[in-house]
Amino acid sequence: MIWQIEITILIIVIILAVGALGVKDLLGAAILFGAYSFMMCLLWAIMGAVDVAFTEASVGAGVSTVMFVAAVFRTSRRTED
Amino acid sequence: MRIVGLILVVILGSVLFYGSLAFPPWGDPASPASSHLSPYYIEKAMEDTSVPNLVTAVLADYRGYDTMFETIVIFAAGIACIVLLRTFKETESGSRLYRHIPTGITLKIDKKGRFPEDSVVFERIDSHWVPHDLIVKTTCRLIVPFIQIFALYVIAHGHHSPGGGFQGGVILGAAMIIYAIAFNLRSAIRRMSERSAVMLSSLGVFIYAGTGALCMLFGLNYLDYSALAGLLGVDPVTARSHGILIVEIGVGIAVMAVIVTLYYNLASAGRHDEGL
Amino acid sequence: MDALLNILISKANYWLYIILMMIGLYGIMVKKNLVKKIIGLNILQTAVILFFISVGAKEKATIPIIEHGNDTVHAAVSASHYINPLPHVLMLTAIVVAVATLGVALALVIRIHQQYHTLEEEEILKRIQET
Repeated sequence: MIWQIEITILIIVIILAVGALGVKDLLGAAILFGAYSFMMCLLWAIMGAVDVAFTEASVGAGVSTVMFVAAVFRTSRRTED
Repeated sequence: MRIVGLILVVILGSVLFYGSLAFPPWGDPASPASSHLSPYYIEKAMEDTSVPNLVTAVLADYRGYDTMFETIVIFAAGIACIVLLRTFKETESGSRLYRHIPTGITLKIDKKGRFPEDSVVFERIDSHWVPHDLIVKTTCRLIVPFIQIFALYVIAHGHHSPGGGFQGGVILGAAMIIYAIAFNLRSAIRRMSERSAVMLSSLGVFIYAGTGALCMLFGLNYLDYSALAGLLGVDPVTARSHGILIVEIGVGIAVMAVIVTLYYNLASAGRHDEGL
Repeated sequence: MDALLNILISKANYWLYIILMMIGLYGIMVKKNLVKKIIGLNILQTAVILFFISVGAKEKATIPIIEHGNDTVHAAVSASHYINPLPHVLMLTAIVVAVATLGVALALVIRIHQQYHTLEEEEILKRIQET
């Protein structure tokens, strides 16, 4: 638990969260959300929650990104906000 | 609306900021969350269940009811997705695209026409067709068995290292998804049909609930795996460890089948004909 | 001054989680697109999970897997050497349930798009009133 690394990753996570909500392309938002999940997984691994980090790496970054991409593929990609 | 939302968020955030001043410092070993129940789990889990990974021991043994109903929630989500999306209607035009492989000609056959069988000569293709990609398909074919073996390792080795039924099940499901993406949805459905996915997800829940019921049959509480000692021929402590393994296998099967079901329905909008 | 710095270091983590949580809440309330709302919901969810995990963290402690060489010997285990496993268990199941509910939410989004051919909230409301 090195707090410098943790704070750095937390700031990256916040930037990615703002990016995922702010970008006007839904496919881009899905990919940014995947990156956000990966950073979150790193954060949990630093905190010593290895099981949770493992789950997030497989579920949040893997499967839910695929589901978002599938849903965007079946609906529309552009958005106003 | 934007302004109102911003003001609300700032107000709620400042209330939470004020509340955070009363929290114990970060990483304090004597914080209330770490000083009541969890010392018992940490000190006694090894004696009680002989499982070194505390998370697995607490997940499947001490808090077995919790995990069982979580598995049922996942199962219910899979069923809900089928109920919401699954449709048996054809697309509006009803036409299908076929490719004559030796010449590379694409044929569009209308609803009234006769659809050829999939064979070496004719191949049904998606409307967003991309040419045969040797590298992607070969890599996928090589890597899928290793992903599946790793998933089985994660399920079976969850007692001694990070892992367990949930993670292994998701990785098994992801192996199926990568196959469906690299080839196409129809060949994935030929490997694992919708019917078998639903059957497997209910089988997983049944294994979990059935293990609990079996414990009751031997005269102890529901999900008290030490009742299985006579059946497995081991002492009660090892029986609890084995009971956790059985339950994790059930969870893994259920999660894998539900992930695959969700992907099939979302990627084809419920029609199960053309995927991602 | 030193006391203030101490508070800052011991609480800065919590404040960043609160910022993350508020970003998610803002996304749910203000964004008009349904997929964006779902992303906001997931950000809120992961922020809560992050808070729970950090509640269980302990200084000078290791991951919650007991050292084991020989299964027959049970050495005495001290609770202060291992991170609290209870929040990990609760949050592990929460993540897997999150992906299942995400699937249902995206299924609803696809149904809405089939019905109204748009994902923007105001357009959907307008089309509901037209019919």
